[in-house]
Amino acid sequence: MNPLDSFSELLLISAIAVYLFAFIAFALDLARRSAESQARVDLVRRGSAATEAASGGTAVLVEAPPAPPAAAASTRRPAARTGIALLVVGVLLHLGAAVLRGVAAGRVPWANMYEFAMTGTLIMVVVYLVSLTRIDLRFLGSVISGFVVVLLGISTVSFHVAVSPLPPALQSYWLVLHVLVAMLGTGFFTLAAALSAAQLLQVRRGKRLGAGRGDRLRLLATIPDADRLENLAYRISVVGFILWTFTLIAGAIWANHAWGRYWGWDTKEVWTFIIWVVYAGYLHARATLGWRGTGSAWLNLIGYACILFNFGVVNVFFHGLHSYSGLPTGQ
Amino acid sequence: MSRPSDAQDRFADDGAVVNPRLGPLEWLRWGWRTLTSMRTALLLLLALAVAAVPGSLIPQNSSDPNGVIQYRQDNPGLAKVVDAIQGFDVYTSFWFSAIYLLLFISLIGCVVPRLKHHWRAMRKAPPRTPSRFTKLPASSSVQLPGLTVAEAVDAGERVLKGARYRTARYGDSVSAERGYLRETGNLLFHSALVGVLVAVFVGGGFTYTGQKILVTGDTFVNGQTQYDSLNPGRFFGDDSLAPYALKLDRLDVTYEQRNLDALGQPLDYTAHVTTTVPGQAPKDATIKVNSPLDVQGTSVFLLGNGYAPHITVRNADGSVAFSQTVPFRPTDSKMTSLGVVKVPDTTDEAKQIGMIGFLYPTAAERTDGSFVSIFPSVGTQSLLSMQVYVGDVGLDAGTPKNVYELDTAGMKQVMGIKDPLQLKVGETRTLPDGLGTVTLDGITRYAALDIHHDPSQGVVALFVALAVIGLIASLLIPRRRMWIKVREDGDGVLVEYAGLARGDDPGLVRAVAELERDHRAALPAAAREPAPV
Ligand code: HEM
Repeated sequence: MNPLDSFSELLLISAIAVYLFAFIAFALDLARRSAESQARVDLVRRGSAATEAASGGTAVLVEAPPAPPAAAASTRRPAARTGIALLVVGVLLHLGAAVLRGVAAGRVPWANMYEFAMTGTLIMVVVYLVSLTRIDLRFLGSVISGFVVVLLGISTVSFHVAVSPLPPALQSYWLVLHVLVAMLGTGFFTLAAALSAAQLLQVRRGKRLGAGRGDRLRLLATIPDADRLENLAYRISVVGFILWTFTLIAGAIWANHAWGRYWGWDTKEVWTFIIWVVYAGYLHARATLGWRGTGSAWLNLIGYACILFNFGVVNVFFHGLHSYSGLPTGQ
Repeated sequence: MSRPSDAQDRFADDGAVVNPRLGPLEWLRWGWRTLTSMRTALLLLLALAVAAVPGSLIPQNSSDPNGVIQYRQDNPGLAKVVDAIQGFDVYTSFWFSAIYLLLFISLIGCVVPRLKHHWRAMRKAPPRTPSRFTKLPASSSVQLPGLTVAEAVDAGERVLKGARYRTARYGDSVSAERGYLRETGNLLFHSALVGVLVAVFVGGGFTYTGQKILVTGDTFVNGQTQYDSLNPGRFFGDDSLAPYALKLDRLDVTYEQRNLDALGQPLDYTAHVTTTVPGQAPKDATIKVNSPLDVQGTSVFLLGNGYAPHITVRNADGSVAFSQTVPFRPTDSKMTSLGVVKVPDTTDEAKQIGMIGFLYPTAAERTDGSFVSIFPSVGTQSLLSMQVYVGDVGLDAGTPKNVYELDTAGMKQVMGIKDPLQLKVGETRTLPDGLGTVTLDGITRYAALDIHHDPSQGVVALFVALAVIGLIASLLIPRRRMWIKVREDGDGVLVEYAGLARGDDPGLVRAVAELERDHRAALPAAAREPAPV
């Protein structure tokens, strides 16, 4: 194996390990959120019990009121801070791995599935870290780091291929652009999907509480409410959607240079199109009566499922012109 | 709710109410309203996504014709069902077309009234100032000394105009609105989608694509009979083919030689060609995989390449029966290639010779005596190994035959699996039964060229660009209303500011704060600071 590539793999494995620790730190933070929220419920209970005693009347026992987002944001979260610090360290190692792989290959490190997974997850984490400077999304830390660990784990174990030169069909600036934009878009869609999932949990919790049943996931009291989650998910998907539109167009231009037609319903093109249409559906759903809220959140998740399917299944098992996974195909 | 928008109010699902006693006209109107409702648009979009899926699971005639043939062989029963639902042509099937046509009708029905509405909205003055600002999502107020109401209102209007708001004065207040471009962008986007579809459809009629296998040294003349296959559009005529000639001088292919993990992987294909346009001097040019050659309104793509051995067959008396360069089809990454040689014998149909050959560019013998190619380039180690048949090769039947196939039914094998006819470059071997000799004179390369003419591309690209501009405007431009209201207060004035988002607007609160800041900055220095309480 190419020595630079071996070193790149070593860095990548270290990055995975660091991400794993980040995951643990963020998980601790979530556990602490649960505890905090429990404490607040107790406080409210005690408080209302006291009022009850004082007034001698029948005060209604209130469940934990949803914490105002400002309160959640201002709370110092040492575990989450550790998690973020670890993510930053992980990103640096990860970046080193990608750069070395690129140097070893003498080209951009996103020409086969292994490299695509490596650089794609790197961009995912970077998008998350950058978003943290603008919005408090620390509650997503464990989801993001856990997801990246799983993806990287799978790809180092099953997708790793030795460094090889670019076949002529892939030697194009449009490859650089098309795939880069696709990875960026995927980074944003990942965040949006996590937010929509949180939104659905929040809605479920609201229903449970409304029905007078107990609170199962107390930590949800420390994250933004469903409305705000929906708005965040929308704003982030909008960026993802614009990037995906560029992916589609850059892909078409590249196909036109390489294969002489801009659109040929090749399997990979089909799935890029499906993803685009599902997300267009999501944007529409946000403006459609009866679909706003839960319905659109589900569509966002379906869109993301299509992205994962496109990467994990279409690349490996489907036959098409884009068979660039670099994995041996069973023809 | 987070997304108030007039589009949504107007096109909410008002069509969903069904009245049991409707006349035909009302039914029609109801149908139209339902079709152009937002909910139908959404369902059609989702239907389109779902309908696109089967085409990725079943091989398609358009993108993978060999896959279709394979599929028919593997699942003959299932293939009938798939055929019945046009499953091998999903993207031109009636059901797929029905979905996107309905979608686009819905789109047009939706966009036209919105265009009218937006046109009117753009020419109307911003709406009246609300009486109570505190109900609005973002508001603030400040008391400023030594200022008249008129001064404050004038300054407010100036500031809002400067920030590119459209303004109107209502009493001692200014009402302002910006972001009409959001809706403009949205309408541009949707209209441009219609443009893309129409351009693709109409333009598709004027296109043609043709395939040509061109052996090094040969010349292709752009004419209908010269193509190996030609797919003309609906409006294709005899004069559609621009006249020119293209000669393949050389095809350079480089393979990886050092990296052992990728040994023999192709690094570059470059075709050196000479083009001749009537009335002009010949021009040299190159074609690469990602850079087609543009000539006379067509684009010439280099889509593949392969080896073409030059084979000569002589009769027993030494006369030449066949001498041609025969393109072989590559079957693996080391360019092991398969080809068929059909030698006609005009005198005796029963004595025609057919040969099925395997070319191993860099041959290595396996322990069992068979061969493999271990590197894709040709040289002294190249080996051509052929099975030889005698009988009717089917050249006279007049029906077009696959050039890579030989129907050996009814033919007699004279050299075969055990004792194949093996040739190195320059060698001659004698055939049994007095059939003559075979010589491998040399091996050249051929280029598989695709020649396209698509005059609609520019138009499609234009509409795509418009759609992107519209999309970005529609998704990122905030549309908001702002108000400044002033009233007398002691020796100065009380100024109130408020904002209302139309659609998604993360920056509203900040925008109101900035309005207050800018407004105060535009006032005389003495009036900028609030009166001390
Ligand atoms: C080819 C089919 C269509 C596609 C690909 C498509 C795509 C999109 C996209 C990407 C957006 C989000 C961008 C934006 O907010 O401006 C959007 C918004 C919108 N579309 Fe479509 N659309 C289609 C058909 C339709 C149809 C048939 C209607 C009418 C019933 C419609 C009405 C709307 C409206 C009202 C919005 C604005 C929603 C909002 O306020 O966010 N679209 N469309």
